Amino acid sequence: MKADSYQAIMAQRNEIMRQSVGIDYQKYATGVLAFDYEGLMADTGYDIDRIRDVQRRTAVGATPLVELRNLTRLARLLSPPGHGARIFVKDEAANPSGSFKDRRASLSIHEARQRGYPGVIAATSGNYGAAIASQAAKAGLRCIIVQEAFDSRGIAQPEIAEKTRACEAYGAEVIRLSVGPELFYVFLKLLKETGYFNASLYTPYSVQGIETLGYELARQLFEQELVFPDAVVVTHAGGGNVTGTARGLIEAGAIHSRIIAASVDLSGLHMASDRDFNRKSFTTGHTGFSLPFTTWPDRADVPRNAARALRYLDRFVTVTQGEVFYITQALAELEGLERGPAGNTSLAAAFVIAQALREEQIVVVQETEYTGAGKHPIAQLNLARRMGIEIRRGDPKAGKPGQSIVIPESPEQLAVAEVDLMRVRRSYLHNALQSLQKPDTLTAADFAFLAAETRLDPTTVQEMIDELIGQTG
Amino acid sequence: MTEKIGKGAWVEIHNIVLQPGERAPQVPDDTARVPLEMGVKGFLAEPAAVGEEAEIVTAAGRRLRGRLSAVNPPYRHGFGPPVPELLLIGQELRRLLAEREPRDES
Repeated sequence: MKADSYQAIMAQRNEIMRQSVGIDYQKYATGVLAFDYEGLMADTGYDIDRIRDVQRRTAVGATPLVELRNLTRLARLLSPPGHGARIFVKDEAANPSGSFKDRRASLSIHEARQRGYPGVIAATSGNYGAAIASQAAKAGLRCIIVQEAFDSRGIAQPEIAEKTRACEAYGAEVIRLSVGPELFYVFLKLLKETGYFNASLYTPYSVQGIETLGYELARQLFEQELVFPDAVVVTHAGGGNVTGTARGLIEAGAIHSRIIAASVDLSGLHMASDRDFNRKSFTTGHTGFSLPFTTWPDRADVPRNAARALRYLDRFVTVTQGEVFYITQALAELEGLERGPAGNTSLAAAFVIAQALREEQIVVVQETEYTGAGKHPIAQLNLARRMGIEIRRGDPKAGKPGQSIVIPESPEQLAVAEVDLMRVRRSYLHNALQSLQKPDTLTAADFAFLAAETRLDPTTVQEMIDELIGQTG
Repeated sequence: MTEKIGKGAWVEIHNIVLQPGERAPQVPDDTARVPLEMGVKGFLAEPAAVGEEAEIVTAAGRRLRGRLSAVNPPYRHGFGPPVPELLLIGQELRRLLAEREPRDES
């Protein structure tokens, strides 16, 4: 076996991870499955004031909270009497590299610098790459971004092509790969060769960096309206956005705000498929990430994922690609904000959710992202057409990911599909059991951990696990 | 074409990281049938012709070798033509807001 072969590098993953993140994850183990999540988070030494201080120094955060009065009026036209909550959006596009990902990157880069790493590496095809490259530039650290960028015909996903350009603009080296999960192998090999910091999306730093987002929006709304949000809608992929925002809301005292995750429905498309790669019009915020990561967070590029969405979710909905394109156009033309599209996933959901809330209630969409060449509904729909996907106006629910995108004909056609959280919890427990050698070795600490992970009481966890073991055993 | 590109030119190199037979066991068939490819840009370290083996110095200062695939490659992403299915949405919504008096002007 060659020293840098796929098998050889994958076999060294734990050691490479430990060196490149500087966290000994082993020491947080409290059971067979259980680990001390809050201990892992607390040991970073960052509290909310310190995080805000780090971010202030790199011009991250303190983004405007904008009331979307025209979209609210539109929602009220479609609502039952007395209904139609006010919709606000946190304009995260105002961050240095154009998205909330700067919050994650700022703390990761600060930490890498404190620890004396000569550079940073991140495996990401999205906004996070640009954020890391931007923050690394400011901190004077070398930076490598590893992207899944093109298919076997050499066709680049336009949004990812734009991220390549942005990362290169910030002076980063960009490794562009074709489709496949072996990106992780290339990533590990690079970490080993360079000794750089692993600026993973899933370290405690990356997740704590988002806590200021939830904290800020709660405080801003309270200052303006003397209330906390009734609901906060979060575009959901790997879980960091949900986790960090929810933790920040709690930190600010907004403990009754409902956390609602929204993802674009990409069911039926395989995330590791070369053929399907360019049949997706969204590269993030979709079910291809959010379902696997919610039901098993520890599939990430660090041993213990600090993004654990299921601990915080009150509700989980999906919307279609066509609905997000529609609301993106509405946001531009009714509110004068050209943003997204992927970041508007939560806006599409919020527009529907607001209609079921009372007029005096407030729903906050917690992010926008910059838009531009490649990162735009026009670029995505032109690629989709080229790939043979049908595009038409009609009932958006008739759209089939990878085959057709149906853009609503009227705003009342926007709807959300519920993701059954009990099914998600059951799936999480199933995955937890799958990760064990022997299911009967679970300790009391493990049951308490699983209860916290799923927001169920330990007795219910025990019953569900017995049932799952019964099915498989 | 054997024209040498000069040292210091901004170029892209291309490599095969994994051949079809070396792909990870979990990848679907369509992905397993094709190689894992890699492209990286940098400054050419020594003169080389397109298609030949070349060495570059990347933006992170690393020296990498691979087949010289392009010289000063353009960013080709853009917008493309306007999409007819999006063009009328704004008008439709403004008409709706104008026609139907909202209950609350907050």
